[in-house]
Amino acid sequence: MTSRRRFLASTAAAAAAAVLAPHVASAQAAAARVVVVGGGFAGTTCARTLRKLDPALSVTLVEANADFVACPFSNEVIAGLRDLKQQQFGYTTLARDGVTLAHSSATAVDPGGRTVTLENGTRLSFDRLVLAPGIDLRWDGLPGYTQDAAERMPHAWKAGAQTLLLRRQLEAMDDGGVVVMSAPANPFRCPPGPYERASLIAYYLKTKKPKSKLILLDAKDAFSKQRLFQSAWAALYPGLLEWVGLSAGGKVTSVEPSSLTFITDFARHKAAVANVIPPQKAARIAELAGVADRTGWCPVDPSTFESTLQSGIHVIGDAAIMGAMPKSAFAANAQAKACAAAVVARLAGQGVAEPRLINTCYSLVAPDYGISVAGVYRPTNGQLADIAGAGGVSPLDADAAFRAQEALYAQGWFKTITAEVFG
Amino acid sequence: MGNALINVPGTVKRGEAFEIKALISHPMETGFRAGTNGTLIPRNIIQRFTCTYNGVEVFNLVLSPAIAANPFIAFFTVATESGKLVLRWTGDDGFSAEETAPITVTS
Repeated sequence: MTSRRRFLASTAAAAAAAVLAPHVASAQAAAARVVVVGGGFAGTTCARTLRKLDPALSVTLVEANADFVACPFSNEVIAGLRDLKQQQFGYTTLARDGVTLAHSSATAVDPGGRTVTLENGTRLSFDRLVLAPGIDLRWDGLPGYTQDAAERMPHAWKAGAQTLLLRRQLEAMDDGGVVVMSAPANPFRCPPGPYERASLIAYYLKTKKPKSKLILLDAKDAFSKQRLFQSAWAALYPGLLEWVGLSAGGKVTSVEPSSLTFITDFARHKAAVANVIPPQKAARIAELAGVADRTGWCPVDPSTFESTLQSGIHVIGDAAIMGAMPKSAFAANAQAKACAAAVVARLAGQGVAEPRLINTCYSLVAPDYGISVAGVYRPTNGQLADIAGAGGVSPLDADAAFRAQEALYAQGWFKTITAEVFG
Repeated sequence: MGNALINVPGTVKRGEAFEIKALISHPMETGFRAGTNGTLIPRNIIQRFTCTYNGVEVFNLVLSPAIAANPFIAFFTVATESGKLVLRWTGDDGFSAEETAPITVTS
């Protein structure tokens, strides 16, 4: 019960009676309603956890797609090492937990009236709303890169048709072709993702098209697991994978889709296959709900994930600003559980315990070469901050058996998390 | 040290504005930070950037400790005759780097 609901209940009954016997008042009221928007790792985890924590809650998950296509491991699909079907998960198991599925997309949120309007015309009332909408690509963020351009220069940063398009382009490329990728400035979904992708495409080229080359143009000089990636590249893909950082002129300022060309301040790079990972922002519904700030992302309280811009609305996963915590599936899953606990506590009018959140990201540099980074985070000064000394990265000097073991752990992690969230 | 990239058009029209872009790899140490042993880390920045054309200075910048590492500099100029453009960076600890580019002026 929120204090607001308790207030409504108390005005409906006699005020004195509600104060003397709040349990009677709450037992008579309808179940509290929580709407979760977005059926990815964050939203699906949150919806199911809410029902597990409080089976009396009415929980509706809003998701337009019939199936979820997971981004983790989709770089393996691009490199021809994995089938896209292994990335697809349905929502049929949600009913088992008593989560109602609304197969539509949210088109409007009224924070004051506490309603969400769906594309199919339905209006859902909520006591608390959880937005887990993921990202939108900024179509105004890189001159020349439009939705049409993405058919020639795929982003493949939302798994599905784009993933397969990039794979087909690589398969169709002649041996000797140059693959050019571009990575954006921070923040963006999956910080190690561009480097894992470059690695696995390099693996594909090395094994299938050895005369080819990959150039990764980067708007940054530093990136996640950089030393591990760079030492692996030097060992596995010398002369095949070239990373060009910001200070070496790697920032792409525009693209020319007609000629598959990337333009920087200092050079033009013509590609045989072009992969543009464009700048990103929280998905549009976050902006419509008034929870996104000028950066395009959503600031939240680090203990409850409640928006700092709109009360009663929580934001989790890639759409939110989480301080030091990266935008990853593991992080989204961890935030979703802590958020569910906070929502249940708030509805009961209770305080929220300060959470500790864990993230782990595995990256494959080759099918049998895995590296990882782990971090533990706690709310500090309104942000999630890294707890120094907790977590860490794979050792720089590990042997091949260690890397192979980590690649297995990565597979195990994916099976575990998808079984937990969608199984 | 000092690894500079420049972008200067090889051919320009007489009297028409064109852009010059320059990016140099260089650390940025303000001189205000203490190291782990408690002593100040010496300042290490680029102090001055100049652009001369046929020996005449056409543009210069004086940089301070708030400048970014790897500063990116872009500006416009016009040329009335063909010649040699010289970009020069100088900084702390005797740092110096130079890049040159010929420009042909057409009418």
